[in-house]
Amino acid sequence: MSESLAAVLYLAASALFIVGLRRLSSPSTARSGNQIAAVGMLIAVVVTLIVTEVVGWRLILGGILVGGMIGAVAALRVPMTAMPELVAAFNGFGGGASALVAAAELLTGPAPSTTTSVTIVLSTAIGVITLTGSFVAFGKLRGLVPGRPITYRGQVVVDVLLAACVVGTGAWVVAAGGDLAFVLLAATSSVLGVARVLPIGGADMPVVIALLNSLSGMAAAATGFVIQSPPLIIGGALVGASGLILGSIMSRAMNRSLPDILFGAFGSDESMALQAVAGAPVRATTPEDVAIILGYARSVIVVPGYGLAVAQAQHALKDVADLLEEHSVEVRYAIHPVAGRMPGHMNVLLAEADVPYDQLVEMEQINSDFPHTDVALVVGANDVVNPSARDDSGSPIFGMPILEVDKAGTVIVVKRSLSPGFAGIDNPLFYLGNTVMLFSDAKQGLAEVAAALRDL
Amino acid sequence: MTVIEGITVFVLAAFVGFEVITKVSPTLHTPLMSGSNAISGITIIGALIVAGTASGTLAGVVGFIAVVFATINVVGGFLVTDRMLEMFRRGDGR
Repeated sequence: MSESLAAVLYLAASALFIVGLRRLSSPSTARSGNQIAAVGMLIAVVVTLIVTEVVGWRLILGGILVGGMIGAVAALRVPMTAMPELVAAFNGFGGGASALVAAAELLTGPAPSTTTSVTIVLSTAIGVITLTGSFVAFGKLRGLVPGRPITYRGQVVVDVLLAACVVGTGAWVVAAGGDLAFVLLAATSSVLGVARVLPIGGADMPVVIALLNSLSGMAAAATGFVIQSPPLIIGGALVGASGLILGSIMSRAMNRSLPDILFGAFGSDESMALQAVAGAPVRATTPEDVAIILGYARSVIVVPGYGLAVAQAQHALKDVADLLEEHSVEVRYAIHPVAGRMPGHMNVLLAEADVPYDQLVEMEQINSDFPHTDVALVVGANDVVNPSARDDSGSPIFGMPILEVDKAGTVIVVKRSLSPGFAGIDNPLFYLGNTVMLFSDAKQGLAEVAAALRDL
Repeated sequence: MTVIEGITVFVLAAFVGFEVITKVSPTLHTPLMSGSNAISGITIIGALIVAGTASGTLAGVVGFIAVVFATINVVGGFLVTDRMLEMFRRGDGR
């Protein structure tokens, strides 16, 4: 294959990435978009294998076989609820691969020019930070590492020192080279990755994953400079930009700035407002009552939260919705931007339960409908429907956009207990006059409501 | 490719990335995240070159691990995205 043909095919692969990303913007074209991007990747891989004078086929085939098996098994077996940690893990592997490629270039290549040294340092530092940061995020999401922010005195000083060490060892690699300098660069970068993610609370992990995704793109782009490969630079830049945008969209949905999330250690002062309304009267209800309220409503808006997914209650919820539609009740779903464990996660979970995506309504569109809605059914959601985010300037989540379910005629909350949510603060919604609580596991409670609806 | 050419490509691609992603519906943010994550696995090209041209044990080991890591990222990322998107469907005539 001639060099220019290879270059054209690499360009085609890059174009397919862009077309694929573009098609991911609409649910009807998204699947083909992902497949188009995958075809682009396949082209890039095949071209590389043809143009490289390969001597080590065993290493390549063995590596693809092992990596492919691990990736495929993980992708096909993971439950949809565990999507955030899976994305974090895949992301970490990508960053690690970029760093290893840069390392190999330094170890085995001819003595690099200053420019190449700089890109090797960038690729290594960013790649290693992505690797260790992603695995701390993975651990937090899995519950292997405490999800609460881990903080200590002088943290900022330590972080600044670590960052300075990374820059210092990087400069050492560029100026003098040598294996020791490189090993120290990798070591300080890996510690920095861990130290930066540890103080961030579990609730903010989705934003962190988006940013780490962006970093893994940057690492790939830096590697593209090291091995002089345009598709790496293009693919890496695309991902670097997309991750950054996603992270900022998400943080805006939580009414927090990116610096605040990265350096704010949110949620460390748990239970600050816990006692505020505890002891106020709460109206508990039965599945039969819930069935009657829902069955005779004209319009119902369901607000699903992550608790729904934890209880694996998506299918039970879909049963209730189907029965209500048989009773000619209009059913829609209100999706908060941060519902679930990462942006858009709730949409995936409901899609898994066969809920059509055109019944899912974004927060901005549906908030004005709550005052004309008979019943809001809140299942497993808490902070995203907490009115104190709107009314109480002293609340830690004040200013976070919420779904204004309290304006609906009746609010039904399905929840195990009155315990606080992710943010660790009490929810005045539970004590409102138009709120009734169904204290139950979401799956069991909804199944009982469905049974009662059938008898209605 | 000179460094300046590389930077040109990088900056233009980043702008394309911003433009393309801003238009994505929030419904699709999770598949988008895992799909773009798979694209960042393009670093597999570098891994293949390293593993394919490795002379010596250390380079071979590094190259092999790089290929494993990158392949996990690529194969897993595209497959899990496809698995998610397969489930999205429109309501029937509603």
